[in-house]
Amino acid sequence: MKAGDGAVPTGMLAAAAATFRRDVVLAFRRPGQMFQPVVFFLIVTTLFPLSLSPQLSQLRDISPGILWVGALLSSLLALESLFRADMEDGTLEQWVISGQPLAVQVLARILAHWTVSGLPLVAAAPLVGASLAVPATAFGTTMLVLGLGTLCLSGLGAAGAALTLGSRRASVLLSLLVLPLAMPILIFGARSVDLAILGEPTRGPVLLLSALTILTLSLTPWAAASAVRISLE
Amino acid sequence: MNQWASFGEWLAMGGYAAYVWPSVGLAIGTLVANMVMARRRHAKALQRALRRMAIDGNGDA
Amino acid sequence: MATWTWFHQLGSPPHAYRIAGRFAPWFGWGALLCIVYGLFGGLVLAPPDYQQKDAFRIIYVHAPAAWLSLSCYTAMAVAAFVGLVWRMKIAHAAAAALAPVGASFAFVCLATGSLWGRPMWGTWWEWDARLTSQLILLFLYLGYMALRSAHDDLQRADRSSAVLAIVGVVNVPIIHYSVYWWNSLHQGATVMKADRPSMPAEMLVPLLVMFLGFTLFQWWVLCTRLRAEILDRERNARWLQTELLDGAR
Repeated sequence: MKAGDGAVPTGMLAAAAATFRRDVVLAFRRPGQMFQPVVFFLIVTTLFPLSLSPQLSQLRDISPGILWVGALLSSLLALESLFRADMEDGTLEQWVISGQPLAVQVLARILAHWTVSGLPLVAAAPLVGASLAVPATAFGTTMLVLGLGTLCLSGLGAAGAALTLGSRRASVLLSLLVLPLAMPILIFGARSVDLAILGEPTRGPVLLLSALTILTLSLTPWAAASAVRISLE
Repeated sequence: MNQWASFGEWLAMGGYAAYVWPSVGLAIGTLVANMVMARRRHAKALQRALRRMAIDGNGDA
Repeated sequence: MATWTWFHQLGSPPHAYRIAGRFAPWFGWGALLCIVYGLFGGLVLAPPDYQQKDAFRIIYVHAPAAWLSLSCYTAMAVAAFVGLVWRMKIAHAAAAALAPVGASFAFVCLATGSLWGRPMWGTWWEWDARLTSQLILLFLYLGYMALRSAHDDLQRADRSSAVLAIVGVVNVPIIHYSVYWWNSLHQGATVMKADRPSMPAEMLVPLLVMFLGFTLFQWWVLCTRLRAEILDRERNARWLQTELLDGAR
């Protein structure tokens, strides 16, 4: 891994931190855009009581599903443009020729995306949960698993965004690719919330979800990096 | 053939004919469709290749 | 070391074209024979199941389709991996050739599963573990084919769908496990009783023959579509001229 002549060699972590910082700062410059996924989350979760029933007891039973489907769809929103702007202005090419490991750069971007899009969803979860009669004792688990799940989704979404870079109808195709792969996350995550609501031990599905997260974060940066290289050729 | 008293009985499939025959038909139909589409794909590719060679002429050997 | 020469020879399009052409008729006729025999053995000769009576006969098309849809995806992913790592274009062509038949098998599995479920469970659809994971597998196939057609550049289509196939194949066991786990929580055992392995021989043998028949059919489709892919990809190669104008089909 060499840097250009005369330049100060940058370590891998320093480069990754720089990318992370840049993404977060750029996102904060447009706070309106940053909060769109959260607002979408609130709107989508409102659709369910309206189309089903205002009865809190009924809503509590299906609240894990509502929370998770809402979070899934909201996360997909911000993903399509993950690489597009940088592809267009040449930053992606700089990444590739910089000599820094591309997968690490992509991981930094995934973490930045999660910080900016996923964490707000996690923060909004107690509010949405309360509106669906989720007991406060379940909030901790809910936030934890939603945090893990949105992290996985950022990873999967990065791989999907890189694969669909420059193709037609990228946003729909992205959802088509990401959602089937996200189903295990949905299964374990919703089950965790369900158990938490019932007051039962949640270790099993939470640990499974954590394992999935670790696997996703190790595999998807590689896949996304390969896909970025492919689209730049 | 020893267990079926008649052809009609075999067709009736113990009352489940409405489920067994569409299943078998669907499976066979899908296989046939795959066969037809694969052969058609090959034939078209062959046509395109031959046409391309005719256009390029036999000169560039 | 001779095995590796065979492997690299297969990577050469003219060689692959000829070999596929030579083997295809064997696969095709073999498939036809097996399927005819298997269907005869299963639909006519095999005794009815004592629980499901004659409805169990749907297994003779449902189970092979299920198994093949899965093995086809795995083969696709292996071909994709070979294409990415060794940069063999033939491998990408093979992956593309496998996708439609695999998706068809997944569809047949779902449709016959639904038809089987109606008399057994009373509904046209049931969120049974096997059917649900087959449904997700069908989505994976459709996503793969959609990604392929979304890229206009062939090389980009090949390589990005290869990455997708590899990510997908890693997910397949995870999806299966999570769906079975989910299903076992919310329902009792809904496994279709007729596919317990302790089947009497008159029931089992035609089933195994059907598995073989479907497999041979998959290989026939692979050979045929692979030849078509090679023709499309190698349009201006010289070996094509000698091959085609020499009167080969």
